[in-house]
Amino acid sequence: MSTEAVAEVIKEKKAEPLFSKKNRKLISNPLDIDNPVTVQILGVCSALAVTTQMKPAFVMSLGLTIVTACSNVAISALRNTIPSRIRIIVQLAIVSLWVIMVDQILKAYVYDVSKQLSVFVGLIITNCIVMGRLEAYAMANKPWPSFLDGMGNGLGYGMILMVLAFVRELFGAGSLFGFKVFASLGIPYQGNGLLLLPAGACILLGVIIWVQRTINGYRESH
Amino acid sequence: MRQSNTYIILYSAAITVVCGGLLAFAAVSLKPQQDANIAMEQKKNILASVITLKEGDDINEIYNKQVKAFVIDAQGNVVEGMTPEKVIVAAEYKKTPKERLLPVYEFRNDSGKVEYAVMPVYGYGLWNNIWGFIAVKSDFNTVQGVKFQHAGETPGLGARIESEEIQERFKGKSIFENGSLVSINIQKGEGNDYSGNPHKVDGMSGATLTAKGVNNMLKDYLACYENYLKKNVGSTKQASL
Repeated sequence: MSTEAVAEVIKEKKAEPLFSKKNRKLISNPLDIDNPVTVQILGVCSALAVTTQMKPAFVMSLGLTIVTACSNVAISALRNTIPSRIRIIVQLAIVSLWVIMVDQILKAYVYDVSKQLSVFVGLIITNCIVMGRLEAYAMANKPWPSFLDGMGNGLGYGMILMVLAFVRELFGAGSLFGFKVFASLGIPYQGNGLLLLPAGACILLGVIIWVQRTINGYRESH
Repeated sequence: MRQSNTYIILYSAAITVVCGGLLAFAAVSLKPQQDANIAMEQKKNILASVITLKEGDDINEIYNKQVKAFVIDAQGNVVEGMTPEKVIVAAEYKKTPKERLLPVYEFRNDSGKVEYAVMPVYGYGLWNNIWGFIAVKSDFNTVQGVKFQHAGETPGLGARIESEEIQERFKGKSIFENGSLVSINIQKGEGNDYSGNPHKVDGMSGATLTAKGVNNMLKDYLACYENYLKKNVGSTKQASL
């Protein structure tokens, strides 16, 4: 291929609109048919741990989305220079860079939430979603689609977390974002303690997976 | 070329330098804000151990107006030239009790009379450090409130020392019995009524070792403060410091 032809190919690719059908799929697929939590069953441990209340779940989702998107972009930008023999270590270094950044920023600006989340923010680094996206997508794609892919997966994870946290906080503690819903409506409500335990979250997650697969007809392929 | 050892070594060195540099920059530039948060948290905890804070209260204002903070030594004498901000309780904990510098936060009413004295405590729980504050009333014997925090106690078990429910149980207990220090002890087992006993507190089921840590912490630190407390027991101490 002559240099002219290469330049043409690059130009042609650049001409692709930012939110082409393919790119929009990168965001929408992880929300439903390729959801990292309910379909790929990744990041479940943190999903069970931080969802007793809406607020930490929200901050965790935000944190993970930022980490996934930013590390995806960084790895994708570096993908042609990373020696394949140490690629996992390079990925880890980039992920931990972002994780510590997020942790520091939380400590500086939302101190009370960071106290609740401290352990789990640190554990984003071991969250399989992040490393999975880097290995499976960012290593082979350009920065912009990688960014969308990271955003999509972060949002997919966040969506499940918010649903879990909504049900758990509402029926477990009778509140939402700390606001006593039932008490303010004047309904006496005894919180369901099971929902506040990780076991309750596990059952709830199972129910969500079941409902989702019934709706979209997803089947595991053998 | 991309697989050669030299390239790999140089590449990892470059990644290390870049990542390290970015992290150092973030850590240094965010430090003042983080320290401010920690100082605020400290003031909030001191106040929360004696009064009920409402949403929207100006912590700094109440603190500056009503709290008089100073540092004492184990003999109960004020150490001149030291402010509590300079004392790192975690570092003092490593010294022998006699050498420790001890911050005291006296909460005074508008006429300058000491209403409560708040003392920091520090110790070791089951898995990691625990710390907090214990506040006594103006008789320097009756507990007004406690505030405990932890770094790594088991959630749902030992971590309950952070909860309102457990801390509530310390209210009204007393430290001294006939002039000698007895401290306050969390008992083993839960659901017993110790309201008649001034030194015993109902336990936390499943967290006996954390409770032991709390007991040791209180005993250890109250012994440090013993001289200061005894000097003031029963006195209606006026603002003189």
